[in-house]
Amino acid sequence: MLKMEKINTHAELLERYEALRHLLALRVREDGVKSEFDRDILVCGGTGCMASSSNALVENLKTALAVHGLSKKVQVLKTGCFGFCEKGPIVLVQPENVFYTQVTPEDAKVIVEEHILGGKQVERLLYEEPISKKRIPESREMPFYKKQMRIALRNCGLINPERVAEAIAAEGFQALGKVLTEYTREQVIEIMLASGLRGRGGAGFPVGLKWRAAKNAAGAEKFIICNADEGDPGAFMDRSIMEGDPCSVLEAMAIAGYCVGSEQGIIYIRAEYPLAIARLEMAIAQCRELGLLGKNILGTGLNFDVRLQLGAGAFVCGEETALLCSIEGKRGEPTTKPPFPAEKGLWDMPSCVNNVETLANIPAIILKGADWYASIGTEKSKGTKVFALAGRINNVGLVEVPMGTTLREIVFDIGGGIRGGGEFKAVQTGGPSGGCITKEGLDTPITYENLTAIGSMMGSGGMIVMDERTCMVDIAKFYLEFTLDESCGKCTPCRIGNKRLHELLTTITEGKAEDDVIEKLEVLGEVIKKTSLCGLGQTSPNPVLSTIKYFREEYEAHIKDHKCPAGVCKNLKQYWVVDEKCIGCTACARNCPAKCISGKTKEIHYVDQSKCIKCGVCFTKCKFEAIEIR
Amino acid sequence: MANITINNTAVDVEPGQTILEAAKTVDGVYIPTLCHMNLEGFNVEHRVGSCRVCMVEAEQGGRKRMVPACCTPIADGMKVVTNTPEVIQARRIVLELMLSDHPFECLTCPKNQGCELQALAREFGVEHLSYTGAQSTYPVDVSSGGIKRDLNKCIMCRRCETACSDIQTVKTLTGYGRGFNAVVASPEMMPLKNTNCVMCGQCVNVCPTAALTGISYTKKVWRDLANPKKTVVVQIAPAVRVAIGEAFGFEPGTDFTGRMVAGLRKLGFKAVFDTNFGADLTIMEEATEIISRVTKGENLPVLTSCCPGWVNFLEFQFPDLVNIPSSCKSPQQMWGAIAKSYYAEKIGVKPGDMTVVSIMPCQAKKYEAARPEFKHNGVPDVDYVVTTRELARMFTEAGIDVAKLQDEAFDDPLGESTGAAVIFGATGGVMEAALRTAYEWVTKKELKDVNLTAVRGMEGVRHAEIDLDGLKLKVAVASGLGNARTLLEKIQSGECQYHVIEIMACPGGCINGGGQPLIHADTHILEQRIKGLYSIDAGSAKRKSHENPSIQKLYREFLGEPGGHKAHSLLHTIYHKR
Repeated sequence: MLKMEKINTHAELLERYEALRHLLALRVREDGVKSEFDRDILVCGGTGCMASSSNALVENLKTALAVHGLSKKVQVLKTGCFGFCEKGPIVLVQPENVFYTQVTPEDAKVIVEEHILGGKQVERLLYEEPISKKRIPESREMPFYKKQMRIALRNCGLINPERVAEAIAAEGFQALGKVLTEYTREQVIEIMLASGLRGRGGAGFPVGLKWRAAKNAAGAEKFIICNADEGDPGAFMDRSIMEGDPCSVLEAMAIAGYCVGSEQGIIYIRAEYPLAIARLEMAIAQCRELGLLGKNILGTGLNFDVRLQLGAGAFVCGEETALLCSIEGKRGEPTTKPPFPAEKGLWDMPSCVNNVETLANIPAIILKGADWYASIGTEKSKGTKVFALAGRINNVGLVEVPMGTTLREIVFDIGGGIRGGGEFKAVQTGGPSGGCITKEGLDTPITYENLTAIGSMMGSGGMIVMDERTCMVDIAKFYLEFTLDESCGKCTPCRIGNKRLHELLTTITEGKAEDDVIEKLEVLGEVIKKTSLCGLGQTSPNPVLSTIKYFREEYEAHIKDHKCPAGVCKNLKQYWVVDEKCIGCTACARNCPAKCISGKTKEIHYVDQSKCIKCGVCFTKCKFEAIEIR
Repeated sequence: MANITINNTAVDVEPGQTILEAAKTVDGVYIPTLCHMNLEGFNVEHRVGSCRVCMVEAEQGGRKRMVPACCTPIADGMKVVTNTPEVIQARRIVLELMLSDHPFECLTCPKNQGCELQALAREFGVEHLSYTGAQSTYPVDVSSGGIKRDLNKCIMCRRCETACSDIQTVKTLTGYGRGFNAVVASPEMMPLKNTNCVMCGQCVNVCPTAALTGISYTKKVWRDLANPKKTVVVQIAPAVRVAIGEAFGFEPGTDFTGRMVAGLRKLGFKAVFDTNFGADLTIMEEATEIISRVTKGENLPVLTSCCPGWVNFLEFQFPDLVNIPSSCKSPQQMWGAIAKSYYAEKIGVKPGDMTVVSIMPCQAKKYEAARPEFKHNGVPDVDYVVTTRELARMFTEAGIDVAKLQDEAFDDPLGESTGAAVIFGATGGVMEAALRTAYEWVTKKELKDVNLTAVRGMEGVRHAEIDLDGLKLKVAVASGLGNARTLLEKIQSGECQYHVIEIMACPGGCINGGGQPLIHADTHILEQRIKGLYSIDAGSAKRKSHENPSIQKLYREFLGEPGGHKAHSLLHTIYHKR
């Protein structure tokens, strides 16, 4: 272990950086810096890959290396998430940059013997491009990574997140040093404003304005709060950043602390993120030892420390006022804004609440400049955004792309298109409160404004891809179920209105809807949006309204024809015997749990629709394809 | 000043004011509200913004949106329109949503025609619901014996939570559950009986619907009145007489004593007595105890013990202080004990054949009457407690037009009282009454001016120093349990020292009890009721408890000395850690 001597000044930080650069030499391949190893084997230590035994893989790799006496020449280390979760566990061998996918603990021996000793890539573990079936050894050549631009995720998959030394070797804390020695507090705000960085948690509020409000607000104490209550189903960019690069969050919080005039940072993180919590705690402890958190940071007089506050994982606590209530020990529910937290937040003190991904961008902006960041993206939406790709898509995972990238590029180029070769139907962005975007919207450049204009939103960056097997009424109902569950119940429209929306949707999926149901949904949905207290209720009808907008005929098929075109809504399915095919084997009748199929041996059978419970047993039992679903 | 327009009328408003406050200054503009509540007299404004009934359209910086008027501060240049078709539709749908999860049992609801939700439905002309569906199905909680919780009628306005947690600092009630299942309830939905609820009933007073109401025992009273074997007598608490008139359209503070006595006789009570007699008796005992403890300097301060809500609060929240309140029972319980002993003996009725009914401004009195300490041989000293609101109902039910009755006088001997007793109904009154007597007993001089105004008023905590001929008595008065807590914590920490402290659970005292006619947040009504009590006091021939001839006779004939053995066994009690 390296010495953890305290770093007393910015100059000492730069010296330490020079002294530690060798740690990443094999991975960043800069001239003139030499690693003490011949090779680095990086294994993904994110939650997903660890769930697929990447820990055992690391141990096996170490054992295999030891067997061959390579322990001093090759190091094995766990990094943060590479993003390509679909194909995890991921192993990256450096310096040759060979990317192995779906590696099991049993593959460790092969990698060591064939690749490390034999100098030959393990062909079968390389990524196979699904269309050309070609094996691609280098991650840079993989379509999944080609169009990505990793700023917030820059260190994920590069450094060992459990060693602050590696973060320092990746220029960590230099932005803090620069800010503390070169910029006034107001200049930092100017940089933030010039960069165009907007909140990545959902609403997209400019960071510079938030910081300025908190800086100008009077208060005996001020707080920097990191919102790590990531709650959108399927979204895990914040978790990955905290697991893979905790220092960038801590550094950004300290910069915010300097700028706003706060000495206390709190990371509100859900207790369901044990690995992120552990990595943050390690990083905080090491930073304190190094003098990068605590009193008189880098000798500049800045006092700033960070603590974690564990949340119980209520979705609504991602709303900043609810989050603050929760930190205060109260029931997590939103309060009316204004007053905004920047004026009157935690314990009534000015509080600056920023999301994890937002913070992770900040050190890079300080080091590379506002102009650099502002050159990425579109006129109003600058920089990059991390999306969590999920659903019926080939490359499930975490991707970071410049703003303005089109949905088509994400879904088809990076995401590898629809899994199983089906047809693209829609993509849901913005989590449970977002909306669905259709084929027609695929070429929309992704920006805050464009997504809102087409009835969805950026949200925290969830992106769920659907194919023609998805019923849009069912999907709207599914998302509404989530918000129903997660609503705090404080205001009437969200508490009761969403329940009524859900009940109306249920009448549709059960074929019991009245003719005016669409109009009722639209009217109620609009009222809920306009009258709800917080962002949760103000966006909860989006999935319903956007699916009605783009898939009205699908709704009408349910309502008027009692048909679910995607064949998903169970109550609208009807099982019928195809007379020409039925040979009267009685298999269906014998296995029917509702005893609703009648017919004698060798005679055509008949399903009594009034008694059928739509279980589908007859369909699976029939060997002659004589049962059809209508 | 900020310049805004409301429905195209230019208005100058103070910065920080809400749209609702600003709109009140414009003639002809009315914004409906439901969850909002401003208890001006207590400096408590409940503006949680949860019901969304007060939505208006606000345009600012070129952006139009709907905002809740009750909790949106005005901003310079704001253009507010309170009644666009969109606003009206939104309000109506929000109200209909609330109604869609509300039992349709208005006709049999205790709040029928007193319900703010019902009033809004009428105002909006709701004749059918556009959206209907599942309704809440919670069991109704009557476990406490005093307060009934019907969560099916809860609209999540959270007013009760403000009353319970912010004003009273009892914190029994809080938001519970999520989404459609969210209600304001005790932790883990425990029955009230098992919680630290003190039964003050402030939650009942602020509930806009019937989610929180009192548990009525009037049916049992009717049953006993119809039973020829029962001698049914009644006592009336001081605060009732200046409030019950409101139920019949009279101004708050109107003295309804004589008409109420007449009405109660018409209801069939054998004798109509006054809790004020019990109050005078309380002063006899309490002043004796104060003088004894103060002169010995032991176990100070003496805390008054008339208020059962306060006693509950002390037992739950300050268990280490249960030995310092005065051991005197409350006037209700003293009166009950005397009625079932001295009076029962006098008229030759067995205590078990006598029914004592108390007309009280209070829900906690129901709990107090049921405490096991207040039973002798299994017979409770007080059988049934009827609140002011419930008595008004009994009158209307019986077709008695109380307003038109001629005044009648209380029966003897338990109906005679002094002005010192009637002021028990206002915060500071017990202290003033005790001081009137203690002054004369300690100094052996006549107290010329009995108006001890230093301890009067609505302020939450008040202090005074009374000179008893060299003995400088330091006293404090607190009303509202939040104020009581502040005071007690100062005593625990040693920051403050007093000889005597009066505490009433309800802000303002019994005139604001949980059983009084609803004030709908108009705290001005409370001031009028207090004024009514002091004017009865001022008009009384005798204004010191120890001058009450019937009390003097009671001691001569029955009790012996104040603080003596018999008095102790009948009129004193102990407190428990809970």
